[in-house]
Amino acid sequence: MSRNHVSATVNGDQVEFLCETGQTLLEALRDELRLTGTKEGCGTGDCGACSVIVDGRLVCACLMLAVEAEGKAIQTIEGMATGETLHPLQRKFIEHAALQCGICTPGILIAARSLLERNPNPTEDEVRYWLAGNLCRCTGYHKIVDAVLDAAREMRGG
Amino acid sequence: MRYEAPKTLEQAIALLSGANGQARVLAGGTDVLIQLRSGRADPQLLVDIKAIPEMRAVVADSGGYRIGAAVTCMELIENEVFARDWPGVVDGVKLIGSVQVKGRATLGGNLCNASPAADGVPALIAAGALVCIAGPLGRREAPVEDFVLGPGRTSLGNGELVAAIQLPRRAPHSGDAYLRFTPRTEMDIAVVGAAVYLTLDGKGVCRSARVGLGAVAARALLVPAAAAALIGTTVDEAALERLAAAASAACRPIDDKRGTKQFRVKVAGVMARRAAAIAIERARRQG
Repeated sequence: MSRNHVSATVNGDQVEFLCETGQTLLEALRDELRLTGTKEGCGTGDCGACSVIVDGRLVCACLMLAVEAEGKAIQTIEGMATGETLHPLQRKFIEHAALQCGICTPGILIAARSLLERNPNPTEDEVRYWLAGNLCRCTGYHKIVDAVLDAAREMRGG
Repeated sequence: MRYEAPKTLEQAIALLSGANGQARVLAGGTDVLIQLRSGRADPQLLVDIKAIPEMRAVVADSGGYRIGAAVTCMELIENEVFARDWPGVVDGVKLIGSVQVKGRATLGGNLCNASPAADGVPALIAAGALVCIAGPLGRREAPVEDFVLGPGRTSLGNGELVAAIQLPRRAPHSGDAYLRFTPRTEMDIAVVGAAVYLTLDGKGVCRSARVGLGAVAARALLVPAAAAALIGTTVDEAALERLAAAASAACRPIDDKRGTKQFRVKVAGVMARRAAAIAIERARRQG
């Protein structure tokens, strides 16, 4: 079977890989590029654990074929911190204890960043609706929402 | 399985026609990928239509809109001009999965997946939208209510694909709305969906109406009897009662884990009535 050659950028770095047509972007990120921060939860687009940003658009990496990534700019959790400096969202998640097992956390951080890029001053309702596609089975969302709102406040300079 | 991303509609049709029914069109992929994963679909060829420019565009066309089959739900939601003209269509599109899913999923795909509960479809039926189909024999158009034949089945022939969905010019003093019943507000599948598009005259009398229902039959329905209950009235309490009764009477639902037949029949009337109330409010506001 012939494999597809894909070149894309991931967190600003040029990458190339080979993939089967049926392979998802999630599988390519984890298995070909060894970027395992993006998690597989359900594999059917229901849980959001595999959230990544593709050409500025928040998507589930399990619902996109790797071959569709040709020429795209992909952002994953590995690109969120700057060196040793955490993104404000990451820092606020720790401060607010907005995680327990951590499987949903990379997807929620990516989704929250995508929200704050569009809307730097969301209401609590807007945060909850935007994150409706990210399931957490540990903490119960309150601390997650608090952390996102607090990060938004800090990022606005307040 | 082979992957092709043709740059023209003609190339896509040639690929589909040459595949002996062993090809699948890939737009957003939010349904196709799940079918591939579960083994429900096992095509030899995937034809990705996202590299075809006309499939990616929302074009204002003779007062209406032509929505390319590969336009994502998020692109449509963010299109403020479109959302002002067809807020009911956008009501439905907003309910198609999470932000992540809407970042990939398309209205064309929601239609072609042919789920009776598709949130994007009832408002298209109410709006009088047409499906623009392209194939080896040329182009044709079909009303949305005739396009889906049953669960997972459409009227697409071999080598045909949906190129776009055509919304007509919105009439003056008109409004549309879509509502669904679900236990949760987000990330759920419609138990019942109802859409209403109505037009008022200068005196506030309803001059035309269309009602679409979802998840109450094997496919989304156009319900002329429900529309007739509104036409010629000021959409008063009595008219809304008749609308609800006619909507309930048109239901041919199944019992399943999301709702019983009896519940769906009752709630279809309630949803139609509430959707009509929103549509009339929008008609009055939009002028």
